[in-house]
Amino acid sequence: MNLDVWWVTGFTIVAALSATVLMAGPGIGLAWLLARREFPFKSMLEVAITLPLVVPPVATGLLLLLLVGHRGPIGRLLDVVGIEVVFTWKAVVLAMAVMGLPLLVRTARAGFEQVNPRYEQVASSLGAGPGRVFLTMTLPLAGRSIVAGAILAFARALGEFGATIMVAGNIPGRTRTLAVAIYGYAETGQDAAAARLLIISVAVAFVALWFSNRLLRDRPVAA
Amino acid sequence: MPNPIPITLDVSARLGAFRLEIHERITATAVALFGPSGAGKTTILDTIAGFRSPDRGEIEIDQHLLFSSERGVDLPSRERRVGYVPQDVAVFPHLGVRANVMYGASRGSAPPLERVVKILEIDDLLERRAAGLSGGERQRVALARAIMSSPELLLLDEPLTALDVPLRRTVISYLRRIRDELGVPILYVSHDLDEVRLVADWVVSIVDGAVTASGPVADVMPVGGPGA
Repeated sequence: MNLDVWWVTGFTIVAALSATVLMAGPGIGLAWLLARREFPFKSMLEVAITLPLVVPPVATGLLLLLLVGHRGPIGRLLDVVGIEVVFTWKAVVLAMAVMGLPLLVRTARAGFEQVNPRYEQVASSLGAGPGRVFLTMTLPLAGRSIVAGAILAFARALGEFGATIMVAGNIPGRTRTLAVAIYGYAETGQDAAAARLLIISVAVAFVALWFSNRLLRDRPVAA
Repeated sequence: MPNPIPITLDVSARLGAFRLEIHERITATAVALFGPSGAGKTTILDTIAGFRSPDRGEIEIDQHLLFSSERGVDLPSRERRVGYVPQDVAVFPHLGVRANVMYGASRGSAPPLERVVKILEIDDLLERRAAGLSGGERQRVALARAIMSSPELLLLDEPLTALDVPLRRTVISYLRRIRDELGVPILYVSHDLDEVRLVADWVVSIVDGAVTASGPVADVMPVGGPGA
């Protein structure tokens, strides 16, 4: 296998892992909020989080470009502090995170909803404050769903194409991911290289999904 | 036997179409809330534990004011110092037995672990995982956990319901030892007359959210009397 294949594979996995880490905090927070709290415009927030699942990824990418591009509201702020996002590895991670977030939130939310609130109430009656209750009860009891959701989001990030190509482009050695490279090789007739990347993509995604399904199927007691 | 403690339960709560009204001042060491399913017994425990706020009223345990709509007091659950043992989810399934028992022990002034472990006979269970315990073992571990949080009152929601008859007798003996040897007052929910007579010295009988009788067990439920 040539160097480009290895680089693309390594870069995609590292970027997908980074995106998973980046979305973990907000994703778990949003999942908990949606599962356990009632607030105005909750249904609007639910829809907004789910949008990337149904909107064409290229449209999501265009929206990101408008937001974090040099003339975008967030891009201008980032320019001030010297951070460039568009057409860099940061844009790849951002696109992957935005596209994977709905899967993490939906799966983790189901996990939080299945935690019997009695455990949290008992913990609190034993003197635990809200932070300790969350860390020692809610989080571990929903843990399998959160991990499964993170794996699903990781798998989704691995295969991200539309949003990535819009906001990060296809720059060899800088922003080229597995999906983008497969498209590039196929388009230029390099079928063997495209096939190699196809096999790698399928293998990594298969293992991730198998593990995620296993976690969800063996979900225990907590619930 | 511990000294009887004064308990004020003055609770009005509305839950959909269900209305709970209880206005009792009790001095006892072990109070049984007795009544059929759906009478509102668990709701009363929930209001005492701070899981649910009454619409109005006052709850005071041994001169510790937990809730007063008039004075604007509604202590969070963690500050109420009640040891709650639920009926359905007695132990934390993802923790070991020792971690369960010690969960609330950091609150200070907990009785020595060895003593609690000995009274409830759970020394052989301490290093096991909670998920593999039997029904009776789970109840004992949950009781130990509640006691180790040094509560002013133990709240037990039908602690014997899920157990078979021989196990019930065993757990009743543990409850009596908790009451007598550790001196922890108990308020518990039951719909079993024998259980009430064996553990409680005061009974509050509730039907459809309203108190139908309240007083010393010997007066309200005399052996051989009505309801026996």
